[in-house]
Amino acid sequence: MSSHHQAIQDKLAMGITWSVAMLLMSTFLWLFSDIVIHGISGVSWEFLTARPLNAGREGGIAPILVSTALILMVCMAIALPIGLGTAILLSELTHQFGWMSNLIRRSLDVLAGIPSIVFGLFGNAFFCITLGLGFSIVSGGLTLACMVLPILIRSTEEGFRALPADYRLSAAALGLSQASTLISLLIPAAMPAMLAGFILGLGRAIAETAALIFTSGYVDRMPESLWDSGRALSIHIYDLSMNVPGGNANAYATALVLITLLFIINAGAQAIGHRWSSKRVLVA
Amino acid sequence: MTKRIPVLLVLLAILPALIGCQESPAANQPIHKLIITGSSTVAPLIADIGKRFEAQHPDIRVDVQTGGSSRGVADARSGIAHIGMASRALHPQETIDLLATTIAQDGIGLIVHADNPVANLTTQQVIDIYTGKVTNWQSLGGMNAPIVVVNKAEGRATLEIFLHHFHLANSAIKADVVIGDNEHGIKTVAGNPQAIAYVSIGTATYDATAGVPIKLLQLNSIPASLATVQNGTFPLSRPLTLVTTKHPRPLAQTFMTFATSPHVQNLVIQHSFIPLPS
Amino acid sequence: MFKTWSSSIPSFPYHRDQLLRWALWSCASIAGLILVFIILFLILESVPALRHLGVNRFMFDPSWHPGENTFNLMPMILGTLFTTIGAIALAGPIGFCSALFCHCYAPPRLASLYGRFIELLAGIPSVVFGFWGLVVLVPLINQWHPPGPSMLAGILILAMMILPTTSLLAQSSLAQVPTEYLRGAAALGLGRWATLRRVVIPAAKSGLWTAALLATGRALGETMAVLMVCGNVVQIPSSIFDPIRTLTANMALEMAYAVDDHRSALFVSGVVLLLMVLILVTAANWSNRVPRHV
Repeated sequence: MSSHHQAIQDKLAMGITWSVAMLLMSTFLWLFSDIVIHGISGVSWEFLTARPLNAGREGGIAPILVSTALILMVCMAIALPIGLGTAILLSELTHQFGWMSNLIRRSLDVLAGIPSIVFGLFGNAFFCITLGLGFSIVSGGLTLACMVLPILIRSTEEGFRALPADYRLSAAALGLSQASTLISLLIPAAMPAMLAGFILGLGRAIAETAALIFTSGYVDRMPESLWDSGRALSIHIYDLSMNVPGGNANAYATALVLITLLFIINAGAQAIGHRWSSKRVLVA
Repeated sequence: MTKRIPVLLVLLAILPALIGCQESPAANQPIHKLIITGSSTVAPLIADIGKRFEAQHPDIRVDVQTGGSSRGVADARSGIAHIGMASRALHPQETIDLLATTIAQDGIGLIVHADNPVANLTTQQVIDIYTGKVTNWQSLGGMNAPIVVVNKAEGRATLEIFLHHFHLANSAIKADVVIGDNEHGIKTVAGNPQAIAYVSIGTATYDATAGVPIKLLQLNSIPASLATVQNGTFPLSRPLTLVTTKHPRPLAQTFMTFATSPHVQNLVIQHSFIPLPS
Repeated sequence: MFKTWSSSIPSFPYHRDQLLRWALWSCASIAGLILVFIILFLILESVPALRHLGVNRFMFDPSWHPGENTFNLMPMILGTLFTTIGAIALAGPIGFCSALFCHCYAPPRLASLYGRFIELLAGIPSVVFGFWGLVVLVPLINQWHPPGPSMLAGILILAMMILPTTSLLAQSSLAQVPTEYLRGAAALGLGRWATLRRVVIPAAKSGLWTAALLATGRALGETMAVLMVCGNVVQIPSSIFDPIRTLTANMALEMAYAVDDHRSALFVSGVVLLLMVLILVTAANWSNRVPRHV
């Protein structure tokens, strides 16, 4: 292939990716600006700290913010350890029970395609009724944990798989146990991928409506414990925009708060992950 | 990091407790929970009534959950909820073991985009539109544009009442759009000058007053308004009900008495429903 | 290649490793059991309808009008298929290009900004997408070709929703291609595009497949946004401007108001959806026989 030909191809590929990226960015900026323009006037310190009044048309979203935070905490407290464990198993120990891990991997792929409303109905039947947790933040968090597991596991697993085999071989040569190899070498090195999974999972969890309406519920009072029902931000947005006439303004404001929150969490996770991995991995 | 994990765990454990301290009023008082589930139409109203009830009874928490009328009926029957909410009257086979208490009325009116010149439809015209015999606004005195027919999803009380009133079978309706909640219908019509839909009159009135570009049509020259539903001249209406077993618990009974009392009338009006005659 | 590492090399703190393995297996079993529980739940709920109505009714009834005792699911199965295929056909290439842009073409600053932006998108609630679609996109399509709520609107909104997932996962699989490969390609005098096409993309293939698979799963299962923009008319569409209803929208629209056989029939649509995902996963696994342990 002539270098001239190659140069043309290079230019073409570059042009295409740039224009696609710009197209994507402008479409989403359109969506964002729509939310910001309509939402910014509604957001104030009072909006963040007050209780909702008149079905959410007036007042603020304080209890809803707290409930959302608690639901996400429960979700991640459950999903992160299980997800990490499963991902390590799938990527590091698969050869021992090849068919078993294959089965688990496939079942996770299927799980990723189950609609959120099925998770909601399942969570309601299993966590709320069978386990007797009722409409509660715990039920909601557990249901969400089931939902984000596939995405968490797959991206973590990809992260481990991508680590050079030298890491494991040199660790073995140094006589490190599997456990120490994992904790001091592999997990830190796979951190960026885990973070990507965490952020995607969190995004999925914070954006969820249908799975929560049947599990963590609709109550917009400040939760007094994890066993209370609490309304999540996305349910609040749904209710205001689709069920409460005149709720649009506060729906936009709530959506803006949710996106800002997500931005802060993402940035925070990035910063922590960056610090951690740079501290741990001494020589790559 | 290994040092940080216990700290995190402790934080996780005490956070709910912290919230608890901050909020719970008199810690030594036992708290009773009243669980109400069901219709999403009724839920915002009952949630507000619940807040007022809580203010009067500090030891009671009213937990309102949505999920639809049939969920309300099923939960009231199974005992998962103390009270169910339904945006319809009970079916005959449901009245065998359940009791419905009406707390408000809601009317159902036809809406079109505010730019649509048509202002009145007759019963026959509505039937023709919904069965696809008339497909252009021109023959009804409107612009030369196809009619976009908006119908409600299967099982909704609004649909049942609409079909019943116009003697239609759902399979005979030629719909272009099928919607779920009221606001879904209103947003669809507001964004589509050729659309016609039927929604809750209260919701439509509220939105039309707030500047959403929709308008309520007269039916056989009777205006669709809260007033005409209240005095019985507008024919399409439905009750909003609270459902319990035949022998509700005392707490549920107290709440239902409260929800049907004049104390909550302004809340009913605030939510654009029609209060019970006092 | 990891065989040499974990199965045969003796290590000192042996008990710790046993404990580790035990812990990992319990994690994985929990993860695997969730699906079993969900399948059981779906089947239990749909058995009454299957028993009363039989499987054939769901395929050959004249229409879907549970109120009038007809239960044909075929139009909705097609609706789900069409929107999902459309969305992935749109979001796949775009997401891939966006990942390439971020990983290879954009200046580092812009790349990191762009990456952050895409991450943010992954967390926008489907309600917000649906809401935007309903008040902005659908009226636009209506002006172009009435009625507006249509398969096209559904495909566009779904594609927007799965783009972040596709792009981020594709990006992370591109990022995992070892730098030695790139250096090797540079040493061979390959141009950037040739390096991408011949070295990077083949090396990242497994990750790219995973990205596409997860995104397809998400598109199949998406509910609220699709419900708000697709029009939800149960019919087999004759053009992309026709309204359609997906299986998920069917469940979300009617579940809250359904009783008895109707409710159970809605769970049958859940089972059908599950079967579709199963077929998808099996097909993806089959076509992606490249050994995963490379």
